[in-house]
Amino acid sequence: MAGRTQGPARSRSASGNPTKRGAAAAGEPDGVAKRTSSRPRPAVAANGTAAGRSAEKPAGRSKSPVRAAAAASDSDDAILVKYYREMTLIREFELKAGEMYTRAKIGGYCHLNLGEEPTVVGLMAALRPTDYLFTNYREHGYALSRGMDTGRVMAELFGRVDGVSGGRGGSMHLFDAEKRFLGGYGIVGGQIPPATGAALALTYRGTAGPDAEAVMCQMGDGTTNIGAFHESLNIAAIWKLPIVYVIINNGLGMATTVDHAAGEPELYKRGCSYRIEGKRVDGDDPVLVRDAAAEMLRRAREERKPGLLEVMSHRLRGHSVVDPARYRSREETERLRSLDPLPAFRAKLVAQGVMTDHDAVRIESESIHEVDRAVEFADGSPEPSPEELFRFTYASSVANTSTLMPGDPILPIGWDQEGSR
Amino acid sequence: MSAPTKKAETRPADGAAPVITYRQALHDALRAEMRRDESVILLGEEIGIFEGSYKITAGLLDEFGPERVRDTPIAEEGFVGAAIGAAMLGMRPVVEIMTINFSLLAIDQIVNHAAKIYGMFGGQTSVPMVIRTPGGGGQQLAATHSQNLEVWYAHVPGLKVLAPSTPADAKAMLIAAIRDDDPVLLLENLSLYNTKGPVPAAEHVAEIGKAQITVPGTDLTVVGYSRSAAIARDVAHRFADKGVSIEVVDLASLRPLDRETICASVKKTGKAVILEDDWLTYGIGAEIAATIAEGAFDYLDAPVRRVAAAEVPLPYAKSLERIALPDADALIRVINEQLDATRFAR
Repeated sequence: MAGRTQGPARSRSASGNPTKRGAAAAGEPDGVAKRTSSRPRPAVAANGTAAGRSAEKPAGRSKSPVRAAAAASDSDDAILVKYYREMTLIREFELKAGEMYTRAKIGGYCHLNLGEEPTVVGLMAALRPTDYLFTNYREHGYALSRGMDTGRVMAELFGRVDGVSGGRGGSMHLFDAEKRFLGGYGIVGGQIPPATGAALALTYRGTAGPDAEAVMCQMGDGTTNIGAFHESLNIAAIWKLPIVYVIINNGLGMATTVDHAAGEPELYKRGCSYRIEGKRVDGDDPVLVRDAAAEMLRRAREERKPGLLEVMSHRLRGHSVVDPARYRSREETERLRSLDPLPAFRAKLVAQGVMTDHDAVRIESESIHEVDRAVEFADGSPEPSPEELFRFTYASSVANTSTLMPGDPILPIGWDQEGSR
Repeated sequence: MSAPTKKAETRPADGAAPVITYRQALHDALRAEMRRDESVILLGEEIGIFEGSYKITAGLLDEFGPERVRDTPIAEEGFVGAAIGAAMLGMRPVVEIMTINFSLLAIDQIVNHAAKIYGMFGGQTSVPMVIRTPGGGGQQLAATHSQNLEVWYAHVPGLKVLAPSTPADAKAMLIAAIRDDDPVLLLENLSLYNTKGPVPAAEHVAEIGKAQITVPGTDLTVVGYSRSAAIARDVAHRFADKGVSIEVVDLASLRPLDRETICASVKKTGKAVILEDDWLTYGIGAEIAATIAEGAFDYLDAPVRRVAAAEVPLPYAKSLERIALPDADALIRVINEQLDATRFAR
């Protein structure tokens, strides 16, 4: 069992409860179980083509937790412009992802955050670097707003080695241990029990307080009908776990409306059964979203009270890239277009004098440029080598793990000859 | 069902190794690992105050407290998934699922999440967790509480599935499972909990992925795991009294599968019978038979035979339950058929 080095510091104490540990275990900056020996670390930082975004990112991320909270004010123009910048980047990234899908650069399923940009940016603004994030499969925007490298996110969509999951996850399964983005998950509701367990792990690491770590678990409206949601909320309530569940209510689970699917269509009220406080917020305003999420996270940190936040948002297009959304009437499509939060936020900032039209155009062209560079980076990144096929099946290597390829004999030729065993 | 006899459980001398039950061996492994490593926590239904449905966790709540011995609500998907998330952050949860039948409520978390997270995210986080769960019929628990579903999990890359048949193996494999960085399902068996055997007091960590020759022989190979391996040992000893040398291969690990040890044994004996607790069609035995057919084809003197459960939702009535389950008598009958078919002189 060599390589079993991760995990909290051990004690040989034979009695009582585990010693409470500090926020992050020593030697484990991201606090994620892993084997350092087999972890892919594509040399993105050393690769100039993908360095752009990480350089401008720290402005919003490196603040102390206290300052981040204090900065949550509408009057802070720089922050609003930063939100617009992030929203624009997500918009341009998603439009490009759709284009790359139609050009067969991206395979599988591809779900876009178009229309949800202010929701995504507001939620990520509330989250600290020390917090953990679990999401569903509609998560490109979260990855970008969390500070993951744009080029590496695109490379994952392209299935390349420099992708954030080494090309093994694809669009639905982005992951970055260092950013504590513990996964996009493709199974509806699948992320909720592990997210709840991550919050459980935090209770062994440290005590409640303003500097405590917390977990955010994002999901769609349709997910609130699945058993894992209810089992997990119940567990979070009885064990007093530091977690905020966030429902992105865009009104549709694929084509099924919330009213058709949910006995309590005001989804934030579904926490009532577990005495979990629920709140609904307008997802078109990143500041409202941020403040609502930050308050729930505060309660999770300081009081160990789980929260349920419902963010009312819009899905401007179909469920996935290949869905033309024919179930929507022309009027509904027109109405959604008029509700597009991005031009609205832009107009608001310009009207308030927070930025000029010129600023907005510059931000937009910078975002387009960054996404173009991301595509260039992804396209230049190699596909995973066939020799790597079995590399990540198991973290601990043991005897007789199968590495048979289709059609291989089950035992190598000559397995029973003298000296082969 | 025929419970393994005491003789079958008494393995060759381990010096002064104390003889304890399979239940006690599991308990001792949990306690030793919890003392050694504070990141080991237990989760499950009724494992604390009630001390476990089968009392494996008796006394652990008192010793380690309610944070490390955590009674869960009846929510298999929820608490198995929670163990996954805790493992991703460096804990080493050991989950008890009351019986393998209930694991179906958690199968999405086990198959779609525990087994996938390490590989799907490019090796960035491992999932060092253990699921302990007993299978087995024969207790008149009827159709939904008597199943042997291990092949469902043994089918899935990313999982490891262990099936100890002796108290010593139960302890050594549970310790190995806890220290392994991958999700491990440790298959226990209701009818093995009270069986006894010598268990060395000193720490022993099993090597995952290796089958064992528990009874060496030259005339016929019997392959088994968990309860069926215990029965196979018993039957082998009975045949030894009649001058027939049966070799018993205890799979011990269902995934990974040690094909070489199986084929090497059949190469020596030329005859193979598989005893398995699950259903015949698509069962563990089907994989073993295919392995032998390919790996030891030239050495076979007779077709490989399987002794498995009758394919029926197991009835409650004792008369029906008894005949539906594979037992020592069925194994003896098939071994004799194999010996007759090859004109084996007795």
